[in-house]
Amino acid sequence: MIEPGTPAPEFTLARGDGAEFTRADLDGKTTVLVFYPFAFSPVCTDQLNLYQEVLGELAARGATMYAVSCDATWSQTAFRDQLGISIEQLSDFEPKGETCRAFGVYHPGGFPQRALAIIGPDAVVKWSYEADSPGDLPGANLIFDGLAA
Amino acid sequence: MTELRSAPVPPLEPDDHVRGPDGAPVVIEYADFECPYCAVLSDKLAARALRRAFRHFPVRSSHPRAWPAACAAEAAGLQGRFWEMHDLLFGDQGRLEDPHLWQRARDLDLDLARFDADRRSDEVIARVRRDFESGIRAGVVTTPTLWAGGTAYTGRVSEQTLDALIGALS
Repeated sequence: MIEPGTPAPEFTLARGDGAEFTRADLDGKTTVLVFYPFAFSPVCTDQLNLYQEVLGELAARGATMYAVSCDATWSQTAFRDQLGISIEQLSDFEPKGETCRAFGVYHPGGFPQRALAIIGPDAVVKWSYEADSPGDLPGANLIFDGLAA
Repeated sequence: MTELRSAPVPPLEPDDHVRGPDGAPVVIEYADFECPYCAVLSDKLAARALRRAFRHFPVRSSHPRAWPAACAAEAAGLQGRFWEMHDLLFGDQGRLEDPHLWQRARDLDLDLARFDADRRSDEVIARVRRDFESGIRAGVVTTPTLWAGGTAYTGRVSEQTLDALIGALS
């Protein structure tokens, strides 16, 4: 996975409305990227539900969270709507996994490894974390450790 | 700003909800009242000689009625009936809407107006959130999470695991 201190790579993801989300969208902000394997899968469901509960504390620290997967935009939107969460979804559907590869989190099984990246306002990776297994759910405490690092 | 960086699970506080005999092994549950696995674990713990503390860990989008139920338990606690409300909530998880909470308050002979004001109060919301945040800091990610002797046991905790952890604590 991409290491702290590394400038964020050039990338393009699709937002829910079809607009692009690129490296330029990182500038001047603190961004938390949550790479998750599959929309509607059990651990991803629990993970996004949990993180939704701390969005206020992230905002208080000037950080914005985005969830990234290789699912299509329509699937991500349906997933978000079903959960009733507000975490914005970013799709790495086509070319499949290109952004995940750029961040070093593309799993050979065809999905993002479960991973977190915090990118500072200078578009440099401040902190990163890759779970030992896609079945492991990183606690929200780790994100706050990363923000304080 | 609320501190959410990693920290050990807090030891028992004077205002923790604790029951069980003095001197018995201590366990701390992070749970929510809409979680069926929490209800099952609660029954298992009740059948054992344990000193157990209950802490709230409601996640709204997983269990939409977990927060109101947690606040109802805290409001009952302000009238000295936390554990009675705890048992009534776990006893019928299919009925957690407001009228069901009011009925439980009536069944416990609580001051209903006070109960309803308290369960919506800043004090009660802060109390529930305090538990939740301590769980977040300790790395809790799901319910139930049972802490025993500094080790966390999550999800479905088997009878054998419970026996083993109690044995280790005794």
